[in-house]
Amino acid sequence: MATITEAAPPAHPLRLSLRVLGNISPAFWTLVLLVVLWELAVQINQVPVYILPAPSRVAAEIIDYWPRLMINAGVTVSEILIGFGCAIAVGVPLAVLVTYSRVAERAIYPLIVASQTIPKVAIAPLLMAWFGYGLTPKIVIVVLLSFFPIVINSVVGLKASSAEMLYLAQSMGATPWQTFWKFRLPQALPYIFAGLKLATVLAVIGAVVAEFIGADRGLGYVIVVAGSSFNIARQFAAIIVISAIGMVFFVIIELLERLVVPWKNTAVVASE
Amino acid sequence: MNDMSMNVEAAAPVKPHIRISRVSKTFKGRKGDVHALSDIDLTIGRGEFVSVVGPSGCGKSTLLMLLSGLTPYSLGKIEVGEKLISSPNSDVGIVFQQDVLLEWRSALQNVLIQAEIRKAPLEAARERARELLKMVSLQDFENAYPKELSGGMRQRVSICRALLHKPPLLLMDEPFGALDAMTRDQLQLDLLRLCADNAMTVFFITHSISEAVFLSDRVVVMSPRPGRVERIIDIDLPRPRRLAMREDLKFTAYTRELTEIFKGLGVFREEV
Ligand SMILES: Nc1ncnc2c1ncn2[C@@H]1O[C@H](COP(=O)(O)OP(=O)(O)OP(=O)(O)O)[C@@H](O)[C@H]1O
Ligand SMILES: [Mg+2]
Repeated sequence: MATITEAAPPAHPLRLSLRVLGNISPAFWTLVLLVVLWELAVQINQVPVYILPAPSRVAAEIIDYWPRLMINAGVTVSEILIGFGCAIAVGVPLAVLVTYSRVAERAIYPLIVASQTIPKVAIAPLLMAWFGYGLTPKIVIVVLLSFFPIVINSVVGLKASSAEMLYLAQSMGATPWQTFWKFRLPQALPYIFAGLKLATVLAVIGAVVAEFIGADRGLGYVIVVAGSSFNIARQFAAIIVISAIGMVFFVIIELLERLVVPWKNTAVVASE
Repeated sequence: MNDMSMNVEAAAPVKPHIRISRVSKTFKGRKGDVHALSDIDLTIGRGEFVSVVGPSGCGKSTLLMLLSGLTPYSLGKIEVGEKLISSPNSDVGIVFQQDVLLEWRSALQNVLIQAEIRKAPLEAARERARELLKMVSLQDFENAYPKELSGGMRQRVSICRALLHKPPLLLMDEPFGALDAMTRDQLQLDLLRLCADNAMTVFFITHSISEAVFLSDRVVVMSPRPGRVERIIDIDLPRPRRLAMREDLKFTAYTRELTEIFKGLGVFREEV
């Protein structure tokens, strides 16, 4: 009647991540091709280094400037992580509140949504004035940018439990606490992770932009200073490190998702 | 006089399990009230299998929800066992048209949620869950996730979940409505087998006249706007029921009788 094929156990996160890397390999070769074209274009046309440095020149800059890049990357990464952590710490409980309280849903949720029309980058100078040039204003901007997708997705996820599922919980005599932990939250996890992945991208943007506006350290600061002395290669070096940070951050969240939400990625293996 | 009434009581064969007396349900809507059920009287004996058929919107699901205590009724009285229903009744098993399985739990864990929520001893529950899954031929799929199961398999898991705690009353709302005809036949047989093994009263909603006749001791016909009990038909067919019985004259006489009732209600119109 029915058979189960070999891949039955939920796939191991590591194996899955390898599969993802396998999937991106065509994209990787496209990237390599683009870099080679860039190198050739710069070499053949003798483009001056203060306009567009060749990839080899950028690579050399990364190696030369490595220690200072890493120190500044450390600053940016800590802004991202602290801000992201705060965004989760504020966003998820807020989503729970909005889901469970009619009053909160009507009094707070519309404001959160409306607040998204405020260009947060525009209030960054204001934050500098209030919080000075230290870590605090950067973290605030990271939180402001990244917390929105976390809240929205968590609310959608927490409301994704069907009426039948909640009836079922009630008919088992579930307490509100049990209903939350055993039904609503697991149901919401895939949504929450979708929000977190979006938020990683925004958190990186937030940290770098905040450093543009007023900082004396961090990769955004490196870009500004290098720009004022026409050190384009160094700017590229910083951009590449920022991109790498963003990618690693995203992949970490994705791996975490595979670990916490394994049922989302199990293949269809059984048939009747 | 006194003697006689005592005699009558002694002669009563089965004590009624469910007593619905003069029950009405009105939904308060923004566009006025909806009279979903009006003056329902129905008594169901312990261990009886009762099906409810009726056109869409006649209040079948509403009646089931009233029985489970998940929806309060407006007028009248519902007693299940010795209990007056006035709050969610956790002494039931419920199966909906959608299987409402928890995607993050394996088949076995889905059945076990019933015991977890009720804080029942897990070892004994696991034993029983395995037994139930075996009875519906799912012993090889204990560890499969819902998305790895076919629609029929999923619904079988959800039936096992509803039966784990040996509820005296099983409520089913079109449980096979979303399944293809062959799977449906199989699940009907599975259900009858489970019923034979777990002495319980079954309240079964369906759109299929032949399904109602095949499974039931009695079929309740409801008519719409507002929902009323139109007729109750005793099905006098031997048990265990066999699929071949559906070709018997006695069986087709019942389905014809029910079809005629629906024609009388204007549910079916045959002229083009
Ligand atoms: N929560 C509700 N609020 C308002 N009206 C409702 C609600 N639930 C049901 N109704 C109304 O009550 C009536 C009966 O609905 P119910 O779902 O019980 O019908 P049903 O017989 O189960 O129909 P179907 O066969 O389509 O499932 C319908 O007119 C419906 O619109
Ligand atoms: Mg219904």
